[in-house]
Amino acid sequence: MVFGMGGGTSSYQEIEETDCILLWGSNARETHPIFFHHLLKGLKRGARMFAIDPRRTSSAEWADVWAGLDVGTDIPLANAVGREIIAAGLVNHDFVTHATEGFDAYRASVEPWTLERAASVTGVPAAVIRQMAHEYATAKRAMLCWTLGITEHHHAVDNVLALINLALLTGHVGRWGSGINPLRGQNNVQGGGDMGALPDRLPGFQHVENDEVRQKFERVWGATIPPKRGWHLSGMFDAMERGELRAVYVIGENPIQSEADQHRAARLMGGLDFLIVQDLFITDTAELADVVFPAAAGAFESDGTVTSSERRVQRCRRTIDPPGEAREDLAIIFDLARALGHDWGQPDAEAVWNELRSLSPVHAGMSYARLDEHRGLRWPCYDESHPGEAFLHARLWERPIKGPRAPFHPVDHTEPADALSDEYPIRLTTGRRLAEYNTGVQTGAYASPTRRGETLDLSPEDAKHYGIDAGDLVRVVSRRGEVMAPAFIDPALRPGLAFMTFHFPEQVQTNQLTIDATDPRSGTAEFKATAIRIEKAPAAAATT
Amino acid sequence: MDLHITGGEPTEDERAAVDALLGPPESGWEGGARNIAQDGRTAAGGHSVTGERHLLLPAFHAVQDRVGSVSRGAMNYICRRLSVPPAEAWGVLTFYHLLATAPRPAAVAHVCDDIACRLHGAEQLCRDLEARLGPPLTGGSPAAAHDTHGGGARAGSSASASMGWQRSPCLGQCDAGSAALITRAGAMPERFVLAPAADASAIVEALAGATAPPASRTVGAIGTPRLLARAGKVNPASLDSYREYGGYRALARAIEIGAEGVIAEVTASKLLGRGGAAFPTGRKWDAVRRQPATPHYVVCNADESEPGTFKDRVLMEQDPFAVVEAMTICGLATGAAQGFIYIRGEYPLAEARIGSAIAEAREAGLLGADIMGSGQTFDVEIRRGGGAYICGEETALFNSIEGKRGEPRSKPPFPAEVGVFGKPTVANNVETLVNVLDIVLEGGEAWARTGTTASTGTRLFCLSGHIARPGLYEVPFGATLREMIELAGGVPGGRGVKAVLLGGAAGGFVGPEHLDLSLTFEGARAAGATLGSGVIMVYDETADLGDSLHRIAEFFRHESCGQCVPCRVGTQRQLELLPALSAPSAPSASSAPSASSAASAASVFGELSVAMKDASICGLGQTASGAIESALNLGLIERPVKGGE
Amino acid sequence: MNDAIWFRLPPAPSSVPHRPPTAEAPSVSATIDGRAVEAPAGATILDACRDAGIDVPTLCYLETLTPVNACRVCVVEVEGARVLAPACSRKLEPGMVIRTRSPRVDLSRKLVLELLASSVDLSTAPTLVPMMREYQADPGRFAKAVGSGLSSASSAAPSVSVASVLQPAKVDNDLYMRDYSKCVLCYKCVEACGTDAQHTFAIAAAGRGFDAHISTEFDVVLPESACVYCGNCIAVCPTGALMAKHEYDLRQAGEWKPEAQSVTDTTCPYCGVGCTLTVHVQDQRIVKVTSPLESEVTHGNLCVKGRFGFEYVNKTG
Repeated sequence: MVFGMGGGTSSYQEIEETDCILLWGSNARETHPIFFHHLLKGLKRGARMFAIDPRRTSSAEWADVWAGLDVGTDIPLANAVGREIIAAGLVNHDFVTHATEGFDAYRASVEPWTLERAASVTGVPAAVIRQMAHEYATAKRAMLCWTLGITEHHHAVDNVLALINLALLTGHVGRWGSGINPLRGQNNVQGGGDMGALPDRLPGFQHVENDEVRQKFERVWGATIPPKRGWHLSGMFDAMERGELRAVYVIGENPIQSEADQHRAARLMGGLDFLIVQDLFITDTAELADVVFPAAAGAFESDGTVTSSERRVQRCRRTIDPPGEAREDLAIIFDLARALGHDWGQPDAEAVWNELRSLSPVHAGMSYARLDEHRGLRWPCYDESHPGEAFLHARLWERPIKGPRAPFHPVDHTEPADALSDEYPIRLTTGRRLAEYNTGVQTGAYASPTRRGETLDLSPEDAKHYGIDAGDLVRVVSRRGEVMAPAFIDPALRPGLAFMTFHFPEQVQTNQLTIDATDPRSGTAEFKATAIRIEKAPAAAATT
Repeated sequence: MDLHITGGEPTEDERAAVDALLGPPESGWEGGARNIAQDGRTAAGGHSVTGERHLLLPAFHAVQDRVGSVSRGAMNYICRRLSVPPAEAWGVLTFYHLLATAPRPAAVAHVCDDIACRLHGAEQLCRDLEARLGPPLTGGSPAAAHDTHGGGARAGSSASASMGWQRSPCLGQCDAGSAALITRAGAMPERFVLAPAADASAIVEALAGATAPPASRTVGAIGTPRLLARAGKVNPASLDSYREYGGYRALARAIEIGAEGVIAEVTASKLLGRGGAAFPTGRKWDAVRRQPATPHYVVCNADESEPGTFKDRVLMEQDPFAVVEAMTICGLATGAAQGFIYIRGEYPLAEARIGSAIAEAREAGLLGADIMGSGQTFDVEIRRGGGAYICGEETALFNSIEGKRGEPRSKPPFPAEVGVFGKPTVANNVETLVNVLDIVLEGGEAWARTGTTASTGTRLFCLSGHIARPGLYEVPFGATLREMIELAGGVPGGRGVKAVLLGGAAGGFVGPEHLDLSLTFEGARAAGATLGSGVIMVYDETADLGDSLHRIAEFFRHESCGQCVPCRVGTQRQLELLPALSAPSAPSASSAPSASSAASAASVFGELSVAMKDASICGLGQTASGAIESALNLGLIERPVKGGE
Repeated sequence: MNDAIWFRLPPAPSSVPHRPPTAEAPSVSATIDGRAVEAPAGATILDACRDAGIDVPTLCYLETLTPVNACRVCVVEVEGARVLAPACSRKLEPGMVIRTRSPRVDLSRKLVLELLASSVDLSTAPTLVPMMREYQADPGRFAKAVGSGLSSASSAAPSVSVASVLQPAKVDNDLYMRDYSKCVLCYKCVEACGTDAQHTFAIAAAGRGFDAHISTEFDVVLPESACVYCGNCIAVCPTGALMAKHEYDLRQAGEWKPEAQSVTDTTCPYCGVGCTLTVHVQDQRIVKVTSPLESEVTHGNLCVKGRFGFEYVNKTG
């Protein structure tokens, strides 16, 4: 994003041909299984891999080296890697001089992060940090990939910047096989951003506060666009709290269960003047709504496009008719517009897409016919003869550089908002499991043989310390709430570290525990770092 | 690798057996005690831990030697140590018939019931043994294997619980007439061969701990033996003794003339491989030497499993240093620093003697770094086979060394280019290698004066069956079959020869009309036969060939790796068709096959045989029908009348 | 965020970024069925045949998997070679003279098909039917020849008088079943579960010879194994030995109607990888999900959610 467009820089094929992989805060083996297939091809070809994750996940088991840092210490680790690269003389000075700015400030900012200091803050042995720095810097090609382990923190954007700094330092960006890639958690997170579902963006990453851009859209849309950026999701909740936001239209989200600090989310949503929910199911959020629009399932019952983590715009097609009164999102929105006095004609996904193409230069070349022919195209794709870019930012390597330089962003460490204490001594982190998805609304319908419901996953050492056996019911208490969950003993965890998912809210409302401390810039809450204490539930409780 | 391991932990014995081989685990992640300060923060995975898979078979052997079988818990522990997925490990474990997957008695006799021993009453021996010890062990059927057995449960009080037996394919003791491999699991495991295994009592006594005096075996020659020159004279356990008989002079000479010189001499000798394929050894060495990919490997194929063959065993048991010296010369000539000798699991004595020879050679600076001051490095590791004839096929053998199922690979690419661990590899048979010593010492051309122009040198022949003095005989190429039979004392009782199985089960039968066949590569080829591994198994006029053919068909069905369809199903169908191939000489009971069904069986068999030869991946499938086909052609199975009654 | 950079889209690079070119492989000339062919070095005989529009039957071969050349149905005659060569894995060599049809080739193919059909239940392997016809395979003749067989070639089920792999189907979980009566041991499932795609290694070839079979460790049920239910084994199984339970149940009930199914590609609703789903619909219900082999994203592979997680749209009410 520091480079101007928000998307992973590399195509999946490139991780098959890279030499060094840093998988940071991502359990892609379970959360992005088919991306992991590409990664495995890279390993098979000989790529070295480092997994940076508090847990030794199934992804980390594939790594040549696992670095088990403490939750929320990604910046100290990244800064120490950066410092070591500089100290060892492994900086790609050619690239840094040519294509970046702000190196001196960056160098000064990481100077305090010696290996020893980082080791004491992160828990990762100094030798491991050093090895990671050296291998990443000296690899011919290297990939940095991350997921929510980086972004579900109150300093999410700083985390990302800390990683990008490493790519700039080593020139591992803008080349085949070298890049920086957030793996998107949902099938159209990327597409939402592409299409302007960001507070400050119009479709195609065009800034809403840019008059020229806005006027272009206004001409085509025949409407005036407010010239100010809006709110992120968490900003919206704050606005509800302040009484500034009184009506909400929710499409395909279940924030009552998926938001951190669930008590607060429910209170605020419940206090709105007017709530519309458009969903496949009567979710807990829909239960609160004044109006519910039954919607068709995006992937199976509607036409349109989604964009993947490699920026590939792909078609979704209607394979079956939606049930009952459910209708495609587009049809509902068109009807809503008509009811509001705007007749947009017949809903037609391709026509909407073509309008988008006329407004978004990076999507201009992606006709439906071409998307069909190529099974999707990667943006930017400027015209109908353009194949789409395999990787972004090649311009940084041009001589002279084309466009602005990429800036270093010095960032520093802040502790997780929910501090550990004697009362709450255990760090709970959350994530997904392979067979499940988010709050289980969709995945709950199929019979996964590996499903075991919600559990509090504990290290064998903690289990022993608290006298807890596998399957025992455990009371989990945070500063915001408490839940009961059966224990699961997982050697991927070390003492003081626990893990839960939020896949089974009917059974265990994990988000009663989590904190809504949010990065104001990304709007993502710190799901990854909750302070808890655990108690073995009395036998009586276990039977109820 | 994200291993998913369920269903059982190893017993202390099993863990100790594995740790004795692999050393203690380096971290909790590998199955050791969890040291959370380290294991909670970092772990090695990926390439470094998957590189040890080649120790899978040795680890299985270690457990089997210790407790008699490999339990799920033991396998799980091995999987964790070597980062091998359990299903893959199971695939390997169930490939080798010496490995058991269900609990069994500590002492087990593997009784040879193969073609040579059958001619001397193997069936009766098995029946007697069954009467004494009950039905044979079944190895480990998957159904029985669900039981994740713990230690100690198998030590019963009655003899039948503390010992068991099973049938075995040829143990390579055909000169003894009967044989049993005895294995006794425990902290001090024992493995030895009882040959002859005179009767059931002798086997039961051996199982109970009795040691048998080593039997004397016949070794003979026409002319001056080269390969067997030291056999029976040199002390196989003594390097000094070996040196007294001229040992390690060839290596010194090889270092003197250098790699190019050695290859030139071997090429000039026109030495052809003795394992069965008769490929020019010099060309093979040269090809490996020239390969740019590194490292190079030397593999000595000592998985001698062809029924009727025991020549390599005799060389390894009687003259082990010669094998090690020859491998060392090969390593220096081909630019390899590492050699493997893959010895079949049924040859414990050969394994022990080669093992001590390696140790002594290493001690004396004849293996390891800077051999004899040459600046070159070479060392040898023994790999024990697990009971799989197919591993005699060189690419199957590579897979076996690598810790995989012994399934042959497609060729090309040939081993000189892509061999063990995917690297350039010279794979030679034991007998082939030992020839190199004299070649280097005498010079290739001089050496080649022995034998015929096309088949140079001497050859080892394994005589067995209906013969007065079964044994190993070395003769210059060119001797006739008749001379060989006479050398071994002829057929007992003055009976006539009905047929001779030449080249083993993978070879074929020749009739008495071929007794003047010249035993050379070219002579055999001209007669449509093969010397194969040097088997000459004699059947007198009273012999029941049908029984042998059935055993051969059973052998191939048992030993097919199962990879390709023509061999996997073909060997099964061949076994099924066999009874129908013989038509009754006179009309008889309706249950016997009719002449017309025999004709139809013969035509189906004929086509099957062609397809197996043409379309099988490797030599096993390609030769599996050869013996039966030759028997049909010779009329040893009564040929059906074409066109029905 | 640095709004200065954010404010305008960055310029496009001067040329479209793409994979750096690799050294062009020299080409190999050979003769196939009397025709001169050219193929890049490293191409297999099968590649060259397909480029030349020459049909070579395959069974264990799949574009996305490493050839194991186990089935031997693709064998061809290479002039001067002692035995036939598997087209799927044998590299084309300069000057090779190849015949893809000859009496030798046809005989081996016929026998391979007969050996399979006499030992395996091929009733859900429709691609083999025309192949059997083309090579005049008569799998019943083994049984006839051993003297007790009355089975005919038309029967899909192998005769009981010669050994077969017939056995009860393994139904041990809700997502898929394994009927090893139908297994031709092509190794595709092992490769898809293992090093060619999934790297889960829940299954492997076990045993030896005619008793060789695909198995979990100690033959445990799938839920006890390493299986993660991606179903990538099902996707590559050529004989229906591995089948989604959903399809199996419909077939058992006589309600599986391929002719009445529509097939549409869409994109998976779950994570952000963007896997193409090929959705098979029968009577307005999703009955199967696959993915195209040609997809650069999936190469035909999916995870458990993509392949089986569609039930939520089948739920009514």
